[in-house]
Amino acid sequence: MSQPDLIIHDEKDNVGVVVIETTKKGQDCSAWIMENDKTVKVSSMNEVPLGHKIALQDLKEGDTILKYGHDIGKVVKPIKKGEHVHVHNVKTKKW
Amino acid sequence: MDIPKSFLGYKRENGRAGTRNHVIILPVDDISNACAEAVANNIKGTIALPHSYGRLQFGADLELHFRTMIGTGKNPNVAAVIVIGIEPKWTKRIVDEIAKTGKPVEGFHIERTGDIGTIMKASKKAQEFSQWASEKQREECPLSDLWISVKCGESDTTSGLASNPTVGNLMEKLEPFGVHLCFGETSELTGAEKVCAARGATPEAKEKFMKTWSAYNDFILKEATNDLSESQPTAGNIAGGLTTIEEKAFGNFQKIGNLKFIDVLEPAEEPKKGKGLYFMDTSSAAAECVTLQAAGGFNIHLFPTGQGNIIGNPIEPVVKLTANPLTAKLMKEHVDCDVSKILSREMNLSQAGDELIKTMLRVANGRLTCAEALGHREFVMTKLYRSA
Repeated sequence: MSQPDLIIHDEKDNVGVVVIETTKKGQDCSAWIMENDKTVKVSSMNEVPLGHKIALQDLKEGDTILKYGHDIGKVVKPIKKGEHVHVHNVKTKKW
Repeated sequence: MDIPKSFLGYKRENGRAGTRNHVIILPVDDISNACAEAVANNIKGTIALPHSYGRLQFGADLELHFRTMIGTGKNPNVAAVIVIGIEPKWTKRIVDEIAKTGKPVEGFHIERTGDIGTIMKASKKAQEFSQWASEKQREECPLSDLWISVKCGESDTTSGLASNPTVGNLMEKLEPFGVHLCFGETSELTGAEKVCAARGATPEAKEKFMKTWSAYNDFILKEATNDLSESQPTAGNIAGGLTTIEEKAFGNFQKIGNLKFIDVLEPAEEPKKGKGLYFMDTSSAAAECVTLQAAGGFNIHLFPTGQGNIIGNPIEPVVKLTANPLTAKLMKEHVDCDVSKILSREMNLSQAGDELIKTMLRVANGRLTCAEALGHREFVMTKLYRSA
């Protein structure tokens, strides 16, 4: 049970959360999926700080971000697998 | 872990039990703060609860004001109460309701006497109450005497990953002991509202929740001048990695574990359906929410934080936990329970839940929380609209 770099809540999620102080550009990250205890790999495109999200797949404008297996917002700028996902490329569907 | 079946609390006249033994000086209105603070300054072992409102309020807003004042006085963490208001009528209304618990309470009004005369009379009574309360001893109380409220703040993604689920784990473990539980933060369930409504134990509870959430959401949409960026999520939430209100909501919702809620409470309303989990309609601002929950009768609070919220409450001890390793390191003096090892998988959720139960019971038995030791006494009334 080694320390993961990312944690993913649910198998359906298309983002994972960084749980180390920061990822390095090009770092091959191990991502632990809490729901089924599997581990997957994803390469971090940017330096992404603790608590921030990384895309687990390519996403296009209008796509839905899934976390906890649920809809948490929409993609407003295309996102590549391994890219930092935050307020610059995702917006709420509410308010 | 074998969960202890009891804690050491203060038994009150009405059968409830407190985790604290405060004598409070409660101003009815903003202009009585000076008097209340003077009395608390004169008499050791008392605390004043100054606030900003209580004049010319009307309708539902006035009812909420009274409910908060009365509920605060009735809370079992309070041994005795001095109420001070400008006018006799509203002062008496609060005194009469608090008196129904059987605890010592006395009211004073300032009109026709002035501050100095009122301070003298109230101080004499406060001294009597303080010395009386100081002889109260902690006694063994069943775990079911704990009324536990929860609210998270300065959340980040570590809250949804670990500290909020730790609270959920505690709830799942303690519910069978017959405790009362309460979560709130109506606006902060936006995006997860349908999933939350589905946790209502009855069709009535489900329906009441959706009605409450919709009313709050309509109010926000009516008043909003932008997309609420920097308010919900806050700048601190965003710095911590939370992107949208929906993401924050699903994180928030982890606090109730797999439990169902049995009823929806008005702000500051006391639960009346017995043991179990309640939802209370509250703002998501920390001090407002905890003040309302304390007025609802809750006697110990669990507060998971991500980026490091520092809130406390004058009568309800606020136990803080965090799973963010940076917060645990940089803001150590605010953290009662560090569960950051969940993220490195050196601790699992059940172990974290056990740690939180132990910490909470130490606080219930008398250990000061970080917020108490640091002097945090945020007493913040919720105001629904402008006064007349």
